[in-house]
Amino acid sequence: MRRVEAVKISKAVTELVRKASLFLRKDVLSALSRAYAAEKNKQAKTILKAILDNAAYARQEKLAICQDTGLPVVFIQIGQDVAVRGDLKSAINKGIEEGYRKHYLRNSIVGDSLQRGRSGFLPCIIHTDIVKGNKIKLTILPKGFGCENKSQLKMFKPTANIEEVKEFIVKAVKDAGPDACPPYVIGVGIGGTADYAGIMAKKALLRKISSRNSKLEKDLLKRINKTGIGPMGLGGANTALAVHIQTHPTHIAGLPVSVNISCHALRSASVTL
Amino acid sequence: MKKINTPLDLNKIKSLKAGQEFLLSGTIYTARDQAHKRLVGAVKSGKKLPIELKNAVIYYCGPTNTPKGKVIGSCGPTTSSRMDEFTPLLLAKGLRVMIGKGARSEEVRQAIKKNKGVYFVTYAGCGALLAKHVKEAKVVAYADLGPEAILKLKVKDFPLIVAIDANGGNIYGQA
Repeated sequence: MRRVEAVKISKAVTELVRKASLFLRKDVLSALSRAYAAEKNKQAKTILKAILDNAAYARQEKLAICQDTGLPVVFIQIGQDVAVRGDLKSAINKGIEEGYRKHYLRNSIVGDSLQRGRSGFLPCIIHTDIVKGNKIKLTILPKGFGCENKSQLKMFKPTANIEEVKEFIVKAVKDAGPDACPPYVIGVGIGGTADYAGIMAKKALLRKISSRNSKLEKDLLKRINKTGIGPMGLGGANTALAVHIQTHPTHIAGLPVSVNISCHALRSASVTL
Repeated sequence: MKKINTPLDLNKIKSLKAGQEFLLSGTIYTARDQAHKRLVGAVKSGKKLPIELKNAVIYYCGPTNTPKGKVIGSCGPTTSSRMDEFTPLLLAKGLRVMIGKGARSEEVRQAIKKNKGVYFVTYAGCGALLAKHVKEAKVVAYADLGPEAILKLKVKDFPLIVAIDANGGNIYGQA
């Protein structure tokens, strides 16, 4: 069985924090550039330009793309033929803390959700998948809360029709309106259980933005962009850059649908060890 | 683009119209959720506030930690609507100018109109770019709140769009 030292995982996580927080994803940058080129609304175009300038300036000055450096969500895929030497969970958290400290990111996490109190960098949230092989894939998604606050879950009846589901997803975006930094990327999880639909919706944000989309995704994107919310909610043709849907089998009695919205600063980074 | 400076006097505020864009220079104070809760708590219990609300500009912002050699880290606006429940009281106590992102409640719009205030938005999700416009930053209250402490910022040509004006005009439309 292959062995990986926990310290190696810490170092990899620290590097992923830097990469995700200071350098906007290439696919997101490309999508924003396309939106900028296509946008006809003058004010929306100016805002999209500022968003692109912001990414360039962050990269140049080694500044966080956004002051909300997020709640760090870590996805780990562990091959069943690899063993970690040391404490995996501590190693991931240590890597997060080191990265946040080193790059002057924000300590946005309060230890006690009800009592609040002083904020720190930890803990991160870790989602684990066990997969075939002997590799470990680490992904970090620092999720800002301006957009996380706009998440929605609906447990539909199993007899619900697709139109109701579509309506719910579009309504979730309308409810977010200008607040969560459009243009958005919309993650949707359909099926599974309430919690699993939520994780799928978040994982959907990790998918590369491309032209390869399902008919349902394309249709939803069109409808969302027709709302005219636009960049900063001040109008325009670009309310969302993409809609990504993940599905999973579910129970005969239900149909969970979860929407997880990302702001235009959709940050994530991955590495395989 | 037109330039404006702090303090913004009443005549100046009244002349601003929703949709207009400006570059602001002068002094502004950061305050977000927990600072608002404390400010309102202080007002309600008759305690002295750590900052003078009259003529103050409040910016809904919690910056990152400050990188070595820089004045401030990334420092974009946070969602204004979370401050809605606190805003009418602060307006009644002399606050007139706010900067944030996103829409406000109808109650806040009415309070802005009544007290002749103004609500600006700035480029949302552009915290790195906005850091360029901050020339000085100093913690002046609630240091224990960390990123939610009240900072006094000196800004130069900070980009703003009037979102709600003193007549109740609203770029997000009426609720």
